[in-house]
Amino acid sequence: MSRAETVSVSVRPRPLWTLGLFRDELRTTFRRWRTLALLGVLAAVPVLVGIAVRIETGDGSSGGGGGGPAFVSQITNNGLFLVFTALAATLPFFLPMAVGVIAGDAVAGEAGAGTLRYLLVAPSGRTRLLLTKYATVMVFCLAATLVVAVSALAVGALLFPLGDLTTISGTRITFGEGLLRALLIALVVAASLLGVAALGLFVSTLTNSGIAAMATSVGLLITVQILDQIPQLHALHPYLFSHYWLSFADLMREPVHWDDLTRNLGLQALYAAVFGSAAWARFTTKDVTA
Amino acid sequence: MDGTSATEQTREGPSASDAVVVTRGLTKRYRGGQLAVDDLCLTVPAGSVFGFLGPNGSGKTTTIRMLMGLIEPTSGTAHVLGRPMPRSARAVLPHVGALIEGPALYGFLSGRDNLLRLDAADPTADPRTGKARVAAALDRVGLTAASGKKARAYSLGMKQRLGLAAALLRPRRLLVLDEPTNGLDPQGMREIRALVRELATDGTTVFLSSHLLDEIEQVCTHVAVMARGRLLTQGPVAELAAGARGRLVVTTPDPADAARVLKEQGLGDVEADGGRVTAEPPARDLAEVNAALVTAGVRVRGFGVERASLEDAFVALTGEGFDVAG
Repeated sequence: MSRAETVSVSVRPRPLWTLGLFRDELRTTFRRWRTLALLGVLAAVPVLVGIAVRIETGDGSSGGGGGGPAFVSQITNNGLFLVFTALAATLPFFLPMAVGVIAGDAVAGEAGAGTLRYLLVAPSGRTRLLLTKYATVMVFCLAATLVVAVSALAVGALLFPLGDLTTISGTRITFGEGLLRALLIALVVAASLLGVAALGLFVSTLTNSGIAAMATSVGLLITVQILDQIPQLHALHPYLFSHYWLSFADLMREPVHWDDLTRNLGLQALYAAVFGSAAWARFTTKDVTA
Repeated sequence: MDGTSATEQTREGPSASDAVVVTRGLTKRYRGGQLAVDDLCLTVPAGSVFGFLGPNGSGKTTTIRMLMGLIEPTSGTAHVLGRPMPRSARAVLPHVGALIEGPALYGFLSGRDNLLRLDAADPTADPRTGKARVAAALDRVGLTAASGKKARAYSLGMKQRLGLAAALLRPRRLLVLDEPTNGLDPQGMREIRALVRELATDGTTVFLSSHLLDEIEQVCTHVAVMARGRLLTQGPVAELAAGARGRLVVTTPDPADAARVLKEQGLGDVEADGGRVTAEPPARDLAEVNAALVTAGVRVRGFGVERASLEDAFVALTGEGFDVAG
């Protein structure tokens, strides 16, 4: 008892301490060249899709028939549909890949650079650092989705007419309500990425190589996407994080079909809980030798 | 510090109460089975400049990592500032500045932003004073002019300085500096050593690991010597150097006579080598030995005791040179 008093180590964390590191983590992440490059690629996707559709339909055909991502046939009638198309086109791969890269690098990159040991002796606290990292990856999920949506909206407004739109169910809604739905869809898409984010963060705690963690995260993503395409594994499908991703289209129904949407969000929460806990268990006990 | 009661000494052995770092039986065996640190019992007195000496691969850095809570000991305990590590890391580490295994920086951030980030990582640091403390730390290591440059453009010496600045962001009670002069030019080395002395004068305990004997000898008050994961010895530098005793050296054109006289005077281990005769110094006054030489007609050019260096002490301890452990 008396020994503890001998050296009076009286340190009381300030109420806003977590936010200080979180703010800095955001600043650091979004100043990285890699992050900006990923966001740049994501912003370019709607531009490419928009131009492609524009060229394809320049001859007067309505662009239908050829399949492609959801909503693509509607773009020529209403530029707002480019938002939905772009999200549908990037959600299966581009968006989760970007998230996998950022999440995979989150801890392993710091370990590889050696900065992890200095953060830990600062002391950031392991749990606090991990929470900060996950929160930052979540912000990146949202930022990446919004970059796609905003880019798509801009390109859509530039190349195509805007106005009232028809839902999948055939009802008409105003452009304002359409925008609201688009925002809602962007939020759901961002939330759809939280499972990948947690998985990537867990992988990131396993290695001291940022590159290895990024590659593993992206590899897992591709594997899961392939598994989701094999009909014989249909018993497994409801548990794959990507299975309900495209359910966001149900937000364009009237009334909205919530079944798959809630299943998707529930699944993401499950992945976040399982792999978040695994990441925590791993990171708080591991020897930091890098 | 001195006023602490004697009862506290019973718990962790002698002088644990005013020691800044105390380890007992500290052992680390890595997963591969390699024993990096073996049964280490270290006591770092408060206010000392404690040199942690050993060849590369002798377990110094593993020990430091255990003290900093970065790795879990396989067995044994480590107390830093009176608190167990790694359990009390968040209470202890704000009082500890550390430079571990060289600096590590975010290359795409400026030197200043690197420090601001580490400052933000410390929950006990006041964010309102962050900028001022960063500026002061940069100034202290002489990096003010380069503080806006991206860290990837820094030279190794500048990186090392920035790492030191990070350790000096706040007033610390303990500084753990792992090879702080690595990569520095002689001028930089001198500056860092002067800085260490200055910090020690302010009352900060400095735990300085090095494989440079003369560095330890120049800067440290205490020293512990590691080899192959084991502690060979620890204590005040003067005591250790005295442990490997100096030699009485007589320079003379009459070595044979000198050796005979020294033996007659009862000195042990007399060796003649050309114009130099050396022997173990006697306990009694050296002046009498000198007088005996002169009385016997031995012409003496030089007479004195050559102090044993830490290197001699190290060789005496390990029975070998200062090589990398295999």
